[in-house]
Amino acid sequence: MAEKKSLYQEFSKGIIKENPVLRLVLGTCPTLATTVSVTNSLGMGIAATIVLICSNIVISALRKIIPSKIRIPAYIVVIASFVTIVQMLVKAFVPALNDALGVYLPLIVVNCIILGRAEAFAGKNPVIASAVDGLGMGIGFTFALLIMSTIREVIGSGSFLDGIDSLTKVFGVTSFTGFHDILSQPVGILVMAPGGFLVFGFVMALANKIAQGKGEKKAELSGCSACPMAHACSLVNTDDSCDSKAKESENK
Amino acid sequence: MVNGKKLYVSSSPHTRSKSTTSGIMLDVVIALVPSLIASVVIFGLRALLVEAVSVTCCVLFEYFFRKYILKKHNTIGDFSAAVTGLILAFNLPSGIPLWMVVIGAFFAIVIVKQCFGGIGQNFVNPAIAARIFMLLSFGKMMEWAQPMGKFLNITGVDAISGATPLSASSDELPSLLNMFFGVRGGSMGETCIAALLLGGIYLVLRGVISPAIPLSYSGTVAVIMLIAGKGDFNFVLYQLMSGGLVLGAIFMATDYTTSPIRLKGKVIFGIGCGLFTCLIRLFGNLPEGVSYSIILMNILTPLIERITTPKPFGTIKEKKVKEAAK
Repeated sequence: MAEKKSLYQEFSKGIIKENPVLRLVLGTCPTLATTVSVTNSLGMGIAATIVLICSNIVISALRKIIPSKIRIPAYIVVIASFVTIVQMLVKAFVPALNDALGVYLPLIVVNCIILGRAEAFAGKNPVIASAVDGLGMGIGFTFALLIMSTIREVIGSGSFLDGIDSLTKVFGVTSFTGFHDILSQPVGILVMAPGGFLVFGFVMALANKIAQGKGEKKAELSGCSACPMAHACSLVNTDDSCDSKAKESENK
Repeated sequence: MVNGKKLYVSSSPHTRSKSTTSGIMLDVVIALVPSLIASVVIFGLRALLVEAVSVTCCVLFEYFFRKYILKKHNTIGDFSAAVTGLILAFNLPSGIPLWMVVIGAFFAIVIVKQCFGGIGQNFVNPAIAARIFMLLSFGKMMEWAQPMGKFLNITGVDAISGATPLSASSDELPSLLNMFFGVRGGSMGETCIAALLLGGIYLVLRGVISPAIPLSYSGTVAVIMLIAGKGDFNFVLYQLMSGGLVLGAIFMATDYTTSPIRLKGKVIFGIGCGLFTCLIRLFGNLPEGVSYSIILMNILTPLIERITTPKPFGTIKEKKVKEAAK
């Protein structure tokens, strides 16, 4: 990272400019799977954000201790610990969400947003910046999920915030169970897989449009950090090639 | 001056065909007219209303989306939107609520066609994509209307859709003659085989479509169904005339944008369509596979084009070059 960014910039870049789902196209699998209902994606977003912040902090704190050659297994151990904690909490307090998210909750371990931020940011930056980065990216992820799930749930099944009481129950509120029967004839395809891809495409196009309107480039395509395969290729080529590329971009 | 004529110098192409997009599309519209009349005769004026709404919506969506959102030149003059609207309507049951038709038209024109760049750029046939979109979204799509019994003296026709010989027992089936003239349940434009064939022959004679795709498509279905039916020709005829096979083979699989250019590619395309249609009809849990098989082959078209690209004159195939290098 050649240029120093303020903490606010580290935070805000995750919302639109480097939104993990819509701009970096990471974490597509949980995005498509959980955006069927707003409640599910809210739960998914919060769980992933907590794991992201915690793992970013720990990995950033340990970045000088972790040997670079085995950093990926080390990151996975850290991330997996937090995912296990979050999953236990969800099982204890929001069992309905645990059932709804199913396998996608433990799969946060291999969520490429979290691993990607660990590799691209937390492994190179100080603790506070990493925590802020994790918060921004997590909110960006949740934000993208909420937009997509709102479109899909309202049009696809004619309800909004259906089953939200399973989440608000934690705070003792169970009276509100969401809006139902908004549409008399919902467009069923939107809650199926093809509808998920359609909505994903359109929301992504919209995010590109907004980011371009702000004078940003189409997507950040320089250096290993922007590459979605960064963690995979750096495993194969060791870290020399990646470091040299980073140095090149610094020299520029 | 040569023989009193001026000589012009221009860049290539030097050989020009007189056919234009609007001319071709107009021919397709003319070819669809018999089926249009047949649909009104069989399903009543409600069919005409659905067709009118579909065509109008397609043209309006094309016009307004290009003018106000894409800010590009107007393309409704080439009639392609009207053709899409008409074919989309032919794929719908006559009793469908009109607002669903509007949504289907929006999906066909705005999402499938214009979002991918307009005419000549869409990766699948817009009408088929919209049909599948509606089929997956609305249960109403499967409520095929009954033919108007009082109009044509018929009895014993059930509102059955798709590959009827498979889903209904033999005494419920309309006779082969009724099948041929379209007196059966189904979507508006697919039932009257006679009118569809008339339109198809017109298109082939005018040189708008090559008969390769319809023939290889229906030929493949016939061969597979002959084997599946253990040599029963009645079964084969029912299979060929039921569902949207004829409509699909003549008007939807031959779409220029989404089918291969060369003869070899066209035959591969047709065989693929036939194969997938039979697979879905015989082994799938859907009543009909025509639209899915065509959309699947639409997506495979770029790959078919790649393997059927002819060798430019004077060049050696890559394999031979490699062998020579060894």
